Amino acid sequence: MDQFLQQMVNGISLGSIYALIALGYTMVYGIIKLINFAHGDVYMIGAYIGFAATTYANLGFFPALIISMLACAALGVLVEKIAYKPLRNSSRIAVLITAIGVSLLLEYVMMFFVGAEVRSYPELLTDKAFHIGEVIINMQQIYIVVTAIALMILLQFIVHKTKTGKAMRAVSIDKDAAELMGIRVDRTISFTFAIGSAFAGAAGVLVGIYYNSIDPLMGIMPGLKAFVAAVFGGIGSIPGAMIGGLSIGILETLVSGYGNSMYRDAAVFAFLIIILILKPSGLLGKNTREKV
Amino acid sequence: MRVLTKKNIMILGSILLAFAIVQLLMSIGILNSFYQITIATICINIILAVSLNLVTGFTGQFSLGHAGFMSIGAYVCAIIMMRIPSTYGFLLGVIAGAFAAAFVGVLIGIPTLRLKGDYLAIATLGMAEIIRVIFLNMEITNGAAGLNGIPRFANWLWLCFFTVATIIIINNFIRSSHGRACISIREDEIAAESMGINTTKHKVMAFALGAFFAGVAGALYASYFYFLKPDLFGFLKSIDILVIVVLGGMGSITGSVIAAILLALLTTFLQSFTAVRMIVYAAILVVIMIFRPQGLMGSKEITDLFEFRKKDDRIE
Repeated sequence: MDQFLQQMVNGISLGSIYALIALGYTMVYGIIKLINFAHGDVYMIGAYIGFAATTYANLGFFPALIISMLACAALGVLVEKIAYKPLRNSSRIAVLITAIGVSLLLEYVMMFFVGAEVRSYPELLTDKAFHIGEVIINMQQIYIVVTAIALMILLQFIVHKTKTGKAMRAVSIDKDAAELMGIRVDRTISFTFAIGSAFAGAAGVLVGIYYNSIDPLMGIMPGLKAFVAAVFGGIGSIPGAMIGGLSIGILETLVSGYGNSMYRDAAVFAFLIIILILKPSGLLGKNTREKV
Repeated sequence: MRVLTKKNIMILGSILLAFAIVQLLMSIGILNSFYQITIATICINIILAVSLNLVTGFTGQFSLGHAGFMSIGAYVCAIIMMRIPSTYGFLLGVIAGAFAAAFVGVLIGIPTLRLKGDYLAIATLGMAEIIRVIFLNMEITNGAAGLNGIPRFANWLWLCFFTVATIIIINNFIRSSHGRACISIREDEIAAESMGINTTKHKVMAFALGAFFAGVAGALYASYFYFLKPDLFGFLKSIDILVIVVLGGMGSITGSVIAAILLALLTTFLQSFTAVRMIVYAAILVVIMIFRPQGLMGSKEITDLFEFRKKDDRIE
């Protein structure tokens, strides 16, 4: 039982990171129907920016988090303007391939500049740990979960209470109608990319603290798993992404805790295929009917 | 249908000529082992790209898991060849590898091909990743360390034979009624279905045939490079194949062939700058999608350009 609770604690902290990344996927997919493969790499760059801010500028956790979020937001908008905007009216496959291209470009440009070696994060938070019974919760996990929850509440506020959020929801329902209503569609899409990327940047810093090591290809797997999380929760749905992220995190820690940790990636993808076959719209997604 | 038309004889002649020239250059030593590896890579990549083109370019089913099928062919062939180290063992391995890949293709294709577009891409990606993890944990594949010392029987003759065979079979498939059904699925699935085409059957058929030849390519790879490990067949390998198809033009077999040759030459040229190579690759992908999304050849074949002239003659 204690081991199970411990796995749940680990799963929830890992899952909050997936949830933060999944939010970016789900928002971008909701608004322009694109699997932004480069999202995992924005997260990687966020981790590096956090690393630079803490190691070279000796900043603390929160300044590093904010710098990383701002820089990633800028990067996200830049990627959208350069790579995705010219393809707004192209076929879905063309845009998807571009996204894969951007993803590879970010990875290898980063590798070219910082080298392929793994770097270790400086210790930012005290490694104080709380013992509740036999379950150990350390300070980093608390920071991760609290930061993630705070950011998600902020996102809910932006999406549901502000004018920009209303514009985002309108564009995701019907782009052309939104444009006719005077919503600046391009600006709204850029804003969506900015928020999504900022969240990925935050996730990058949190992962750096939690796992203590970063490398230029670290974004591929978490990126894909976060996408699985977004699909599981119902793509386009923000609460869905949160639930999906937590579920994938817990699934992964349970598989590596009780089964073979080598199979944890396979388990996530097997889970994805099962969801896609049984309930392709996800937990909270809407069913869309095919029209001719 | 006559088989020995003037066109077919010319094609056969030029294949034999190309084969003889390369064989001659190899035997007198102008093409050293470094270039021979490049040629082997070109042949294997042509098989991979043409077979992926059947799935993605002609049938319109976006697959990101081609490397998974390649790895099945590679491992099956390697395991058989290490037991029977002879040319028969090699041929048996290629055939068994190809059928194993096709079998897994059918098995995976039936449930996943109900999905469309992005979802299918992610599902196939996940499936390739699962195959990789399974090979990573199996006893017979020697896990992450991989198989070493696979006997080398694939030479230029076999590479050339299998490449030509792949191109001819896939080309004929596309020009058959099944192939036209596949193309109609790409153009409009709902319309194809309402015309009475069994879309699931044809999608699975194309997927299995693509997997079959990916298995052949994997088997040739195993036998030529005598070393295998699961990491060779990751996500990036699938992307590599996809880049060739996209660069050549989705729906153009000759396009895939040309792109496979161009990219292999580029790789050879950038050999000493490994870091830059991937950046160039990625940049090519993005730039092509923005400025020429249909790829080098679009959906045209090289032979279309010649036939164009013939039509003009007829009008006169």
